[in-house]
Amino acid sequence: MTTLSRRGFLTAAGTGAAALVIGFHIPEGAARTVAPAPKAMMSPNAFLRIGSDESITVVIAHSEMGQGIWTGLAMLVAEELACDWTRIRCEHAPADAATYAAPGSPLQMTGGSSTTRGEYQRYREVGATAKDMLIRAAAARWKVAPADCVAENGAVVGKRGQRATFGQLAAEAMKLPPPASVKLKDPKDWKILGTPVRRLDSPEKVTGRATFGMDVQFPGLRTALVARPPAFGAMLVKFDAAAALKVPGVEKVVPAGNGVAVVAAHFWAAKLGRDALVVEWSQPEGGGLDTARFSAQLRKLVEAHGTDVGKEGSVDAGKVAATLTSVYEVPYLAHAPMEPLNCAVKINADGTCDIYTGTQAPSLDQQVAGGILGIAPDKVRVHTQFLGGGFGRRANPKQDFVAEAVLVAKAAGVPVKTVWTREDDIRGGFYRPAYAHRIVAKTDRAGAPIGWEHVVAGQSIMKGTPFEAFVVRNGVDPTSVEGLAESPYLRGAARHVSLHTPVTPVTVLWWRSVGNTHTAFAMECMIDELAHAAKADPLAYRLKLLDGAPRHAAVLKLAADKGGWGTPPPAGRARGLAVHESFGSIVAQCAEVSVEGDRIRVHHVACAVDCGPAVNPLGIEAQVHSSVVYGLTAALHGKLDLAGGAVQQGNFHDYPVLRMFEMPSVSVHVVPSTARMGGIGEPATAPIAPAVANAVYALTKQRLRALPLRLATVREARG
Amino acid sequence: MKLDVNGNVHDVDAPPDMPLLWVLRDLLGLTGTKFGCGMAQCGACTVHLDGNPVRACVTPVSTVGARKVATIESLSPDASHPVQRAWIEADVVQCGYCQSGQIMTATALLRRVPEPTDADIDAAMSGNICRCGTYGRVREAIHLAARLQKGGGK
Repeated sequence: MTTLSRRGFLTAAGTGAAALVIGFHIPEGAARTVAPAPKAMMSPNAFLRIGSDESITVVIAHSEMGQGIWTGLAMLVAEELACDWTRIRCEHAPADAATYAAPGSPLQMTGGSSTTRGEYQRYREVGATAKDMLIRAAAARWKVAPADCVAENGAVVGKRGQRATFGQLAAEAMKLPPPASVKLKDPKDWKILGTPVRRLDSPEKVTGRATFGMDVQFPGLRTALVARPPAFGAMLVKFDAAAALKVPGVEKVVPAGNGVAVVAAHFWAAKLGRDALVVEWSQPEGGGLDTARFSAQLRKLVEAHGTDVGKEGSVDAGKVAATLTSVYEVPYLAHAPMEPLNCAVKINADGTCDIYTGTQAPSLDQQVAGGILGIAPDKVRVHTQFLGGGFGRRANPKQDFVAEAVLVAKAAGVPVKTVWTREDDIRGGFYRPAYAHRIVAKTDRAGAPIGWEHVVAGQSIMKGTPFEAFVVRNGVDPTSVEGLAESPYLRGAARHVSLHTPVTPVTVLWWRSVGNTHTAFAMECMIDELAHAAKADPLAYRLKLLDGAPRHAAVLKLAADKGGWGTPPPAGRARGLAVHESFGSIVAQCAEVSVEGDRIRVHHVACAVDCGPAVNPLGIEAQVHSSVVYGLTAALHGKLDLAGGAVQQGNFHDYPVLRMFEMPSVSVHVVPSTARMGGIGEPATAPIAPAVANAVYALTKQRLRALPLRLATVREARG
Repeated sequence: MKLDVNGNVHDVDAPPDMPLLWVLRDLLGLTGTKFGCGMAQCGACTVHLDGNPVRACVTPVSTVGARKVATIESLSPDASHPVQRAWIEADVVQCGYCQSGQIMTATALLRRVPEPTDADIDAAMSGNICRCGTYGRVREAIHLAARLQKGGGK
């Protein structure tokens, strides 16, 4: 087991990572899609350029949104190439699915915690291919056998002391055919992979030089703010642009889809123009969605079975000693990335279009823009910028923020950057749907579940999208119920999981860790309820059920151990556990909490992870911290209310997110694992809410079954 | 009006109520200072006025007057400022969007309190939101920056 000691690492290491780089097979024509840097002499494929100035440029086929793939994918290349790590730089690939879509995927897209595991083979091959070509170039120059040359730290070295740098060899190497196949290093010989390596994008991000979509500027580019419907289901009736057009700097007011865009010289003029704009909207049909009413509807739905998800076994009624029924609920959530949505669009006279934005889905951007403009998707060039957070919002089947910007630019007839305010972002839809779960658990004399009826109700994120045909089966969107029927806790139980999928005008979307955000909450809290009902230790109870799931058991034991389980917590505190598998990784957490008034305070989270082989332990640690914070925001604060179809929250004062003073200490413990590599961007998000809820129960005996967690006031508790 | 930004005096033609943030970004092209909320809730737009941290998104440009504006671009172009060095050493950033504001708030804190406690950090930094959850490393980097400054960093 490797326990990453950040402080130890920081003090022990300099910048540290001596490295190598490069490699890979060449998709035909791919090199053309990347504009060569001025000094690039060798471009063995679309993923790598080696310059005569010793520069090593790794072209990243996915979007850097904070998850560290600009470092992780570069490490994969560097391990095989044997380059000088300090020479590496990265850049986002252009939109070109034929070249850059992840292996096995038709789309160039970043999500599903899939980048590192999906590119693990390809980017190592990129490095190995280039190294092979450089070695052969050196061998030809020295008239020796390639086997007598080795690559190390950015140079090829011969047996008799010959030495040539990659930059010196690049031009000759480029003339050689790439190898038909390459042999990758044995993991035991790795020098970089598996070691903690700092991020490559820090220098530009600590100097303000990094360019996010919001920062894109070029001559002639205007800024537009769009007036959008005040309620889901409201439609544009008419607008009066007169007052808006009087605002200095406002140039045009144009309709765009179900909205009206104010196009101006800069943001502030566009904002004042939009404030002055008079728009009439229709009332939503039926008065619009009220979340209070909708929650009641979900609770009603889960009282009866829905569409079968899985049904297996039957309960021996004679063995049932007790029945426990609980209902869990979660609200609509906005993603609220730090960078509000934006998208710059330039439509060109030659039938092409340039899009500049932070996007998780360049392929979808090409499709939606091409559709609107009546041009082929490959005529749409997507210039992916750094993303100021994604969390799923910057990838949706409709790419609403890109489609809207294209509509505005088309209507305005000038290059336009749409900028969303924070209120636009919070109220703009594409939320994690609200869900209710009802679980009826039948237990035997020992308190173990032998029957499990589980009904889920909530909107489908796939229904009505192009993904529906590939994902939804027999009326079931598997993302609504992920992790339930296959729960390792239920191997000895008769199971019946079913799903209701109501339809509303509120747009919904995946949100970091997707369905696991609510399925883990319901499952891990219910297991905890059963443990307490059985008067068993929650750890021991879980481990007994996880007898046939050794990886789950191992991470759970580790998190419990590191979190101090079994030792008395400090006065006024208690601990709670949760373990959950998602995206191919298993994460367990032990949270230590106290209560101050009606406020839940989380002091420490011990987190154990089995994600298969670790590429960059430092990156894993950062992703786990990040997921815990993201999940804690949902556990303690996150909730959107709608009245008449209108979202009631709008900014960070009424849609609060976790802040520094609420930050627990988080320890991350990565289990050495040879299991198939899993994802790490999302899996640690799901267990934190149940771990905290279970700790709150241990402390207060209040079983909180709705997110965000709200302690009953003293009066309510007594009443 | 005249505006002293990072030691350069600019002649700015802007409406008086235009927030400093948009003057910096849209008129002067200094995009290191970020827009996050527009109502002083998130701290992404933090700049210094005569060394004091302010939220540029709610600071009308007409109220700046002769005070000197310092943005993230003023710290150093090569990440050599002790706070920037500490940020890199502690591997703080993730998406990076909030970090200009985090760094500017931290720099002002360290000027006022050269060796801040965790409580000082909580008090100074809780106005800066990070959705990637870099708070633990921000704290660590501030302590590290304090040591670097003490050790003779600039």
